[in-house]
Amino acid sequence: MGMTMTQKILAAHAGLPEVRAGQLIEANLDLVLGNDITSPVAIHEMEKMKVDGVFDKNKIALVPDHFVPNKDIKSAEHCKCVRQFAKKNEITNYFEVGEMGIEHALLPEKGLVVAGDVVIGADSHTCTYGALGAFSTGVGSTDMAAGMATGKAWFKVPSAIQFVLTGKPSKWVSGKDIILHIIGMIGVDGALYRSMEFTGDGIANLSMDDRFTIANMAIEAGGKNGIFPVDKLAEDYIKEHSNKIYTIYEADKDAEYDQVISIDLSTLKPTIAFPHLPENTHTIDEVGEILVDQVVIGSCTNGRIDDLRVAAKVLQGRKVCKGIRTIIIPATQSIYLQAMEEGLIRTFIEAGAVVSTPTCGPCLGGYMGILAAGEKCVSTTNRNFVGRMGDVTSEIYLASPAVAAASAVTGKISSPAELEE
Amino acid sequence: MKASGSVFKYGDNVDTDVIIPARYLNSSDPAELAKHCMEDIDKEFIHKVKSGDIIVANKNFGCGSSREHAPIAIKAAGVSCVIAETFARIFYRNSINIGLPIIECPKASQEIEAGDQVEIDFDTGMIYNKTKGTSYQGQAFPEFMQKLIEAGGLVNYINEGK
Repeated sequence: MGMTMTQKILAAHAGLPEVRAGQLIEANLDLVLGNDITSPVAIHEMEKMKVDGVFDKNKIALVPDHFVPNKDIKSAEHCKCVRQFAKKNEITNYFEVGEMGIEHALLPEKGLVVAGDVVIGADSHTCTYGALGAFSTGVGSTDMAAGMATGKAWFKVPSAIQFVLTGKPSKWVSGKDIILHIIGMIGVDGALYRSMEFTGDGIANLSMDDRFTIANMAIEAGGKNGIFPVDKLAEDYIKEHSNKIYTIYEADKDAEYDQVISIDLSTLKPTIAFPHLPENTHTIDEVGEILVDQVVIGSCTNGRIDDLRVAAKVLQGRKVCKGIRTIIIPATQSIYLQAMEEGLIRTFIEAGAVVSTPTCGPCLGGYMGILAAGEKCVSTTNRNFVGRMGDVTSEIYLASPAVAAASAVTGKISSPAELEE
Repeated sequence: MKASGSVFKYGDNVDTDVIIPARYLNSSDPAELAKHCMEDIDKEFIHKVKSGDIIVANKNFGCGSSREHAPIAIKAAGVSCVIAETFARIFYRNSINIGLPIIECPKASQEIEAGDQVEIDFDTGMIYNKTKGTSYQGQAFPEFMQKLIEAGGLVNYINEGK
């Protein structure tokens, strides 16, 4: 019996010829990641361990991005703790304000993750790097501490669900709509403890940014990781961004899957997740009239250049509806610069949107767009839990950048196709 | 190792944002986090919870973010164990690592009600509902996980082994 793509990567990193679902293994780590919320807890735990320092100063990435630039004194203290730790341990990949970006957009861009890697990060959206053919998964701060100290982590080898994607998505359907469709179908625990392995010739029709978005939200279905095969597009991306040696793993032909789900991408419509779970999905034609107060376009899910381009395409020559706060957040400095050079930032500002420096801020109700009681927000972020972006009575509707931008123009949840009519 | 206390009952998909809202994550002090534990799902929780009490919930408890602050807040609030049908995987890992006992047991999760007096024997995985006179076989911890929890978490466990 063969192995899945994830199992092959894990076997190689555990020094084993093969692994089976359910087996407990210890794997060598290629990268350990933390942010300004999770790293201080990890640093504190590591200080309690009887170790001299980190296992490899080049294989740790510290990215203050959640409450950065510092939103208050307590956050400033957390960032100071991370900064001092990075300095003391000579961490190569510490990203200060000015260089930083949202971690899961930043790491692939900086070439720190390549195909075949095993990565743990003290942030649940660490699963994003599956788009590059890496095994990456979110852990807590104590696991991060042990990872920084030893360069190893224990895993229970996951079984997998195979998603066979075929066909070409229609004009306003993006990676976000695909992953929301999948979560709506299998539920927020539909892939609990398991890998989500994406296959099929439909993948050729997805940009790297679409794939990052899809892998990013594997955790929203409970998945341990989401992973894509490495095709020419992925290889070109890796070569463009990294000098690291990469390894392409492929699932065995006779790999065993718990479940196989086929999806014809050409049949999908723009999809929106209603409050208060990502699985509460509705297609755009079922939405009805929902007036909104705020629109957020950004985050580790949808703050990449493709996302900003499609938002600008919708907002070009149009105005944001009066009274709607539209907040656009490029995920990294380089995406910000690219958006400036392409004239996207001008389009946003002329349309009446505000553009911010990279931060996770509003996605988790940190700052930069907190909701008051009863307010509704269309957001390209990843979670719409109770109180996630502000008051417990506020509501979050998760959508693609195209739908978010169209909703900013009309003031209610809308399809970009409506604006073309 | 045993735990015993009165039950706080919740439903499916209790997420880490309601266990400890991100607006309080500018602190990592357990006592400070405990003050806001479960605030967005049950404002009364922190005023009513007593040391040793037990949380019982349905499926996918602890879904969402990787914040270890969530099990830390629950443990610091005095909770001795969380019983659920299933746990989200990062929460499961984090709970073990910080020494918060958790048990998967679908039948117990469905039948135990708020306010019931419950006792758990971690050596056997048995859950006793003293109010209703029922008992359930939950998943017993493997020996290394029991030792880890008794040590107070992964770090102490690693240090003790050295």
